[in-house]
Amino acid sequence: MQVSITVNGQQRTDEVEPRLLLAHYLRETCGLTATNIGCDSTSCGACTVVVDGLSVKSCTVLAAQADGAQVTTLEGLAGSDGELHPVQAAFRAEHGLQCGFCTSGMVMAAIGVLADNPDPTDREVREGLEGNLCRCTGYHNIVRAVRTAAQAGPAAGQVPQAQEVVQ
Amino acid sequence: MSILGTRVVRTEDPLFLTRGAVYTDDLTDERLTGALHVTFVRSQVAHGRILSVDTSAALEAPGVVAVVTATDLTDLAPIPAGFPFVDKAVIRPWLASDVVRFVGELIAVVLTEDRYQGEDAAEMVVVDIDPLPAVVGTQAAARDEVLLFPDVGTNVYAAFGEPAPEDFFAGCEVVVSQRIVNQRVAPVPLETRAAAAVWGEDGRVTIWCSNQGAQAAKMEIASWLGLDPSLVHLITPAVGGGFGAKIGADPEFALIAQVAKIVGRPVRWSESRSENLVGMLHGRAQDQVVTIGGRRDGTVEAYSLVVDQDAGAYPRLGVVLPTLTMLMAGGVYAFAKVHAQARVLGTNTTSIGAYRGAGRPEATAAVERAVDLFAAELGMDPADVRRKNVIPAFDSPHTTSMGATYDTGNYAAALDKALEAAGYADLRAEQARRREAGDVRQLGIGLSVYVEITGAGGEAGAASENATVEVHPDGTATVLTGTSPHGQGHATAWAMIASDQLGIPLEKITVLHGDTDLIPRGGGTMGSRSLQQGGAAVHQAAGELVELAKKRAAEKLEANPEDLVVDQGLAGLAVRGTPGVGITFAELAADEQLLVQTTFSANGPTFPFGAHVVVVEVDVESGKTEVVRLIAVDDAGTILNPLLADGQRHGGFAQGVAQALLEEVLYDSDGNPTTSTLADYPFISATELPSFELVEMATPTPMNPLGAKGIGEAGTIGSTPATQNAVIDAVAHLGVRHIDMPTTPMRVFRAIQQAQQGGN
Repeated sequence: MQVSITVNGQQRTDEVEPRLLLAHYLRETCGLTATNIGCDSTSCGACTVVVDGLSVKSCTVLAAQADGAQVTTLEGLAGSDGELHPVQAAFRAEHGLQCGFCTSGMVMAAIGVLADNPDPTDREVREGLEGNLCRCTGYHNIVRAVRTAAQAGPAAGQVPQAQEVVQ
Repeated sequence: MSILGTRVVRTEDPLFLTRGAVYTDDLTDERLTGALHVTFVRSQVAHGRILSVDTSAALEAPGVVAVVTATDLTDLAPIPAGFPFVDKAVIRPWLASDVVRFVGELIAVVLTEDRYQGEDAAEMVVVDIDPLPAVVGTQAAARDEVLLFPDVGTNVYAAFGEPAPEDFFAGCEVVVSQRIVNQRVAPVPLETRAAAAVWGEDGRVTIWCSNQGAQAAKMEIASWLGLDPSLVHLITPAVGGGFGAKIGADPEFALIAQVAKIVGRPVRWSESRSENLVGMLHGRAQDQVVTIGGRRDGTVEAYSLVVDQDAGAYPRLGVVLPTLTMLMAGGVYAFAKVHAQARVLGTNTTSIGAYRGAGRPEATAAVERAVDLFAAELGMDPADVRRKNVIPAFDSPHTTSMGATYDTGNYAAALDKALEAAGYADLRAEQARRREAGDVRQLGIGLSVYVEITGAGGEAGAASENATVEVHPDGTATVLTGTSPHGQGHATAWAMIASDQLGIPLEKITVLHGDTDLIPRGGGTMGSRSLQQGGAAVHQAAGELVELAKKRAAEKLEANPEDLVVDQGLAGLAVRGTPGVGITFAELAADEQLLVQTTFSANGPTFPFGAHVVVVEVDVESGKTEVVRLIAVDDAGTILNPLLADGQRHGGFAQGVAQALLEEVLYDSDGNPTTSTLADYPFISATELPSFELVEMATPTPMNPLGAKGIGEAGTIGSTPATQNAVIDAVAHLGVRHIDMPTTPMRVFRAIQQAQQGGN
């Protein structure tokens, strides 16, 4: 079947199998491999992307379901001049990543958390990221990074292409 | 001012944060164009005799190019146990055709044009297995009623040490004994295993795989496949976590190479999480008996640890983990007598390997639990019992009765720092108040004081590592290392070390690893060895490069080499006392290649230590635990980059709390895994942890010029028993004296009920 999906601001049309997962569409059809797959039970959140303003786990969405949607992945966050999104910058400043495998999903989920709650407490960040697993950081610096990113204001809870993001 | 010891953000992060690093499954290398996808058919029976493997339907399925079974691999010798003390009859087939010995054992390899076709076709391979009784757990294994290898005559793969003398505890006023389960856990790096392989026309195979040390993985694969090592080129792409489970090579990696040869095309594989949870090595899995005896004043006189290590079906690193447990059995204590003994038993389960700490957390968990049991029996404060028994501060080597030579240590100081930061007296007062009031949420305060061994192994098994430093004519530098970062930040850390000596800024230094053609030798990253050996090797290489540069510059500048000093601002050499006269390393490199390759050999392993205090609230009506504080002193000697060191600590704490409270790999009595997805395996999440309170302490080691000890595993080693002890402490006043890990709400609830009914 054919799908038309706007990925990181660029519209594209592809022929896909009806059962193709959005995660595999992004990775293999679009070649956007920042989105990782860490489980097969919607548990780990490594594949989190933003679809029409919602942060979703792309392993649990069919590419067909995203037909007509706007999808933002990690690759679509930084400005064209290379300027990092506030959440990206905060993850670096606070050492919110180690092996980096959960990072793409964690950053996208954090944007969702901040869209929903621009100034969360530690506890609220932890609850907001409960569906995103990390084995390296013990979450300590991820929580700090999200709190730091919040200081950047509303931009921290937005993706480019002026999408409004809600959790 | 030196960059060493300062908080430097990682140079590798911008890639991770903008495009993502290239992990094995992300590879777009042109040599892999047209690669077939591998899907493994694995046993769904724990123990049984294979009657037939029918691939006919699968071969007809869309996209299927080949289905490889045992009959296609008859020219490969089976995988040997790999340990000289294990019976030679304990061998592992590449693909099972006779007997299967665990759920997840490999039976067939399906090769398809695309990934989804592979999943479809794998389900069409019909495997008929006649089940045999399964051996689950070390107690069943020790009975030897059902044997994994009947020819061997026993399930005991190895035994270490002797029983304690009968009079070992004679004269002790108090003796306490406890059976303790250090449960099986799953390492769960977020990136599952993945590999790709292609054969060149020159007869060499290039293998990409997710691992913790390319050079060792290469040698293992070459040995298994009967290839001259020069024919194997192994490349380590970005690796999404390892935690010990990616040490060496797995049989799957070698099979990928072998099937690529059979089909004459490149192949690639990336496993699903449910495959990973049965196929990748598990960790821990020890059944222990501790016995501790001493005087009523709190002095421990004798301590015994007896271990039954579950090895899983086939011997992997788990076979030798108890030797580390035994070595570290006595921990930080000056017990007059320490005894340790272990057996290693085969069971019809996934094999056991290294997991963060690998044998040492099991030692610490046992002794820290034992000390608490002893303190509880005497009615003494566990902090007082620890103070009374720790080895006094030492700054010259201290050899224990188990034969470990600790480098430097000050355990009482670590404990006191942790207690002070925690506000221990206030916590005990609050605990007393809640006990008095009969609060539903009781406070538990758990302690641990630990010492562990790091940097015990390395390149070629010795405590050594190599490094190459080259300065280029454009002023940039390249560092080649035999370590294998997968989250630890070596690209930043090794660049800091080189920059500190050469004055070349971090952004001009590239650190490369994990390509066996480029870096033929290397010990990889494991056992908390990287900084103390690999970092020290970079330090040595950069230092030697300066000396080489001095010799060359002396001629050019018409100066004595002894009068030349590194000018950091210049990134070169200047003549002492003669401002304005100097030459850059880049200029010297333009004349002649400026490169040093060297091997650093440490004086020996190092013994980081520390003390943790964990504070929990336990709901005595539901049994649910909340960790409210975790205070940690982790002394890893001199710190190179506190940002990275603290990150290692944080991750370690989380994995320790996870084992203490939540995580456990479970099998039913038939050997069926019941925790084989992340929906079933309770991987710790952000909501189940507090932010951590870190206390600094740094006692340098003389074992390497950086003064550094290992920090990768320490956090796990300290936090696991501190958390377990805290949970038990919270309900101790109700009569509970021990709860095995994981201290789930059900276990806590039952322990309270049993204690109130008069037994525990």
